[in-house]
Amino acid sequence: MSPAGRRRAAGRWSRTSTTATPALLLAPALLAVGLLLLPLVALLVKAPWSAMPRLLREPVVGQALRLSLLTATVSTAISLLLGVPLAWVLARTTSRAVGLLRSLVVLPLVLPPVVGGVALLLAFGRRGLLGAPLHSATGLTLPFSTAGVVLAETFVAMPFLVVTVEGALRSVGTALDEAAATLGASRLRTLRRVTLPVVAPSLLAGAALCWARALGEFGATVTFAGSFPGRTQTVPLAVAIALESDPEAAVALSVVLLVVSVAVLLALRGRWVSLGRVPR
Amino acid sequence: MLAAASLTDVLTTVAREVERAEPGVTVALSFGASSTLVRQVAEGAPADILVTADEVSMARAVDAGTVRAPIRIASNVLEIAVPKGNPARVRSVADLARHGVSVAVCQAQVPCGSAATRLFARAEVTVRAVTQEADVRGVLTKVRLGEVDAGVVYATDVRAAAGAVEGVPVPEALRVVVRTSAAILTRPEDRALAEDFLARLTSAPGRVAFDAAGFGPA
Repeated sequence: MSPAGRRRAAGRWSRTSTTATPALLLAPALLAVGLLLLPLVALLVKAPWSAMPRLLREPVVGQALRLSLLTATVSTAISLLLGVPLAWVLARTTSRAVGLLRSLVVLPLVLPPVVGGVALLLAFGRRGLLGAPLHSATGLTLPFSTAGVVLAETFVAMPFLVVTVEGALRSVGTALDEAAATLGASRLRTLRRVTLPVVAPSLLAGAALCWARALGEFGATVTFAGSFPGRTQTVPLAVAIALESDPEAAVALSVVLLVVSVAVLLALRGRWVSLGRVPR
Repeated sequence: MLAAASLTDVLTTVAREVERAEPGVTVALSFGASSTLVRQVAEGAPADILVTADEVSMARAVDAGTVRAPIRIASNVLEIAVPKGNPARVRSVADLARHGVSVAVCQAQVPCGSAATRLFARAEVTVRAVTQEADVRGVLTKVRLGEVDAGVVYATDVRAAAGAVEGVPVPEALRVVVRTSAAILTRPEDRALAEDFLARLTSAPGRVAFDAAGFGPA
């Protein structure tokens, strides 16, 4: 083959392999896009736009929205307070037991939320492992309370934060921490001034994911906290109920949740996907 | 067959009998709140028979044109279920309104919820439930687990959970009756089989099962 022919062949080869998408992949890829996007498009097309302002002003909708925003935010705050230290322990401890611990604490990521709700009842319910002594000592019960919603949401959402932050801490390694320590910084100061700022993007991404997951939580909440307007009936629960009586309101609320989810993704701008590729 | 949650035990029993009597026939049952089932049928759920806990739900399915010619198959009354030992000492409907008594009811959209609302109106009490469950079995579960002091369910649910919960009957004067209705879908998957099953539900063997479960006459 002449050199030009080789170049042509190479050019053709590189074009088909790296730039153009083979039809064999294109068809299923398009199907995947359709599968993922069509339901969302349908939600927007079928949304009762003209009735939206009226529907969203309904007291029960406002109640559910306020409750959802409150509980998701409190859950995220708790997740930050408890989850970041946990992520640090998981990332920095080399013991083999930590591997097992990691699998266990992120279990809620893959556990069906309803199962989580049942487990929460058995642990924190009025007759639960911890709930029974708590109830007899203080008269407090967590199920059917807003605190119960926060607990359920934290249970389901915190692992998202832990996994995100742990990945970041792992990938930045300990070199910077050691350098700071050499320069005389205490461990806490190192954590505050060096480690956390370095993983800040992942921390934000984790918090946003955790918040969005808490906002959408349904199964664990309805099982553990029940459903009562203004107290435990968050937006996803209100959507499920509205579907029975007022489907238009259900669609309106769904659009609200969809908009919030899209906003979170835009705010993350791909940070989630680039997990672990934290600037060094 | 799509059936109300309150019929879980009795219809499972009847279905097993049918399957034993007619080899090759399997009865697939799906239980949920009647209002949910009516919506599922309207959305084209593949089924032959719809059984609702009350006639209001069935009327909605008839109006939607998804079922035809419903028949009453049994009746049911409300009862108060309390956890074993009755920790809050609930003795009457009025006790449900007492401070410190936590009560679970069904959502107002489902038959057991609207029946509970009628019961409270009849007893002239204001009950602040701590949770509104999606169906009657959800209420029963919360009582079973002892997470609430009382739940408003059907008499048949108390019987189905005998041993795990105790029942506080509602006095005759306040009695709220719901009528369990069944109908074949306008476009069933297998009409002959559906008619056969419905006939069995209303005939002697079906009647025995319903009586055993604590249902009243249609």
